[in-house]
Amino acid sequence: MTQATRKLPIGRALREAVEAEMSNNEAVMMMGQDIFSFGGVFGVAEGLGEKFGAERIIDTPISESAVIGAAAGAAMAGMRPIVEMAYVDFIGVCFSAIANYAAKTHYMSGGQFQVPMVLLASTGGGYSNAAQHSQTLHGTLAHMPGMKVVCPSNAYDAKGMMHTALQGDDFVVYLANIQTIGMMMLGKPIPGTISQVPSEAYTVPFGEANVCREGSDVTLIGTAAAVHDCMDAAAVLESDHGISAEVIDPRTFVPLDRETIFNSVQKTGRLVVVDEDYISYGVTGEIITSVAEIDPTVFKSAPRRVAFPDVPSPFSRPMEQYCLPSSSKVVSTVLDLMQ
Amino acid sequence: MELYMDGKTPVFDLAAGILPGEMHLSYGQEAVAAMCENLTENDWVHAGHRPHAIAIACGVDLKGMAAELLGKKEGLSGGRGGHMHIYDRSVNFASSSIIGEQMPAAVGFAMAAKARGDNSIAVSLIGDGAANQGTFHESLNFAAVQKLPYVCIVEDNNWAVTTSKAQSTAIARNSDRAAAYGIPGEYVEGNNLERILEATGKAFDYVREGNGPFVLEIETFRMMGHFHPDPAPMVPQEEKDSWVDCVAACRESILLQGVLPEAELEQLETEVIAEVEDALTFAIEADYPAPEEALERVFASN
Repeated sequence: MTQATRKLPIGRALREAVEAEMSNNEAVMMMGQDIFSFGGVFGVAEGLGEKFGAERIIDTPISESAVIGAAAGAAMAGMRPIVEMAYVDFIGVCFSAIANYAAKTHYMSGGQFQVPMVLLASTGGGYSNAAQHSQTLHGTLAHMPGMKVVCPSNAYDAKGMMHTALQGDDFVVYLANIQTIGMMMLGKPIPGTISQVPSEAYTVPFGEANVCREGSDVTLIGTAAAVHDCMDAAAVLESDHGISAEVIDPRTFVPLDRETIFNSVQKTGRLVVVDEDYISYGVTGEIITSVAEIDPTVFKSAPRRVAFPDVPSPFSRPMEQYCLPSSSKVVSTVLDLMQ
Repeated sequence: MELYMDGKTPVFDLAAGILPGEMHLSYGQEAVAAMCENLTENDWVHAGHRPHAIAIACGVDLKGMAAELLGKKEGLSGGRGGHMHIYDRSVNFASSSIIGEQMPAAVGFAMAAKARGDNSIAVSLIGDGAANQGTFHESLNFAAVQKLPYVCIVEDNNWAVTTSKAQSTAIARNSDRAAAYGIPGEYVEGNNLERILEATGKAFDYVREGNGPFVLEIETFRMMGHFHPDPAPMVPQEEKDSWVDCVAACRESILLQGVLPEAELEQLETEVIAEVEDALTFAIEADYPAPEEALERVFASN
């Protein structure tokens, strides 16, 4: 198999980036539960314990407040820690360390202390893990100032964005949707998440949205796994309904590429935002507002959103599937919008 | 490096099958549930993400629990909670899958018990890994200061997912940490039902008499991986060989001590198996909730 056709899922792509950065820079270290031998839930640390040793691939107790706080302190003192958290839901345990400490220290110190750390967490549902293990919390995290929040939708972006995160000087919350990672025990990841990944290091900049598909009738903004719902919907809209949909993946919530989003809506006049987070007070509202604030007259019809209703994630499959975004929901929303 | 190519995919899908989700079984840890013998119907119990044996012993409705495990409409929570989140209000039983969160909640149960003055107590069950959460320290200090009728049971199965107690915990016994709060702590070895009965009886009496909280750490064995079907490759074979299957040991002990003649024991076992199978049949035949029921029960009032 040649390098040109090498395809990886997100978990493997992340592993490559972490391994390369650890090899290049002794300040890069990783902390988390079950990472040294087990490789962590993403497999991101697989084999890295053996390669880099227990001083740099650190298994932690179940002590999120101490671990996130310690990572912030280590970052302030010159290290570049990656902290892996199996489920983003667990930020509830240590939210002060994240939002009050790690995110605010650079600002409060007047820039004296940089906090170059990465919090890597899985997000999202679809596996009947119920309300405490299925959230995305995109809006909760992106709302708090002082941390970059990124959400790759495919392996190519994932690797490049991890390099960007580890080479930068900021606190980065790196969110990987559980349906996209290619984790053990979770079945086949969404096919579109597996992409050709160069073996050498490269960066994907933060704050630059990716136009995944060009179109002229409606703009679909998808985040993380929902990018693929939008791509599937766009294919159906074109083949079955003759509707040309443009699909945009913001790739990062903070910073958010409002310009690319606005330019697209200016062209199509219609906007549907698709995000797995709770619908209210979140990313979907922010994206619509960022268009409306610049020029509300670009809309030919009211913008729409497809997101998780404002309920805790239900365990039972029919109820959970009812709540999650899907390509068919995107199609029906667009058809409704086009009427 | 092994390359993971398109088309080469894992064979197991956690989301698929009749019993979806990350199912944490309490197989091997059943003896701890004997503590329920020493509870009264007014007492309160808060379990964690591995709640099933405790739930059954606490009298949680078996059919409702089985239906909840499968996400059915007839489940205890109408399929909203699932197997990590077993709640039965009728027997004062709750659980939560965020590690260590059951401790402060149970301290609150104890506050309510003290306020009611009905002589009831509250018990939470955590794993040994959860003792490294901040809630362990905060809850025990608060409960000690308030002299609450609260027992913290630590189910010491030596493993937090794939991390051993020795790798994660600075001291060998979490029960020794009780000294930091000026409260009693006791360790119960051997995953042994009779010792657990005796120790929990003593601890529950102590807190019921108004002496303040108690930490009881019970050695037990997670005879599977973290969740089904994790084969627990991190657990050394010699450790697996040392596991005591408490159910088998209990059976042997009953016969050895002549508590029941073998025929009666077998009859009892047949009845219990029938009851469990009945509950499973009920759960399998029950309907799934309508999808839009997802939107109900967010608030008590609209």
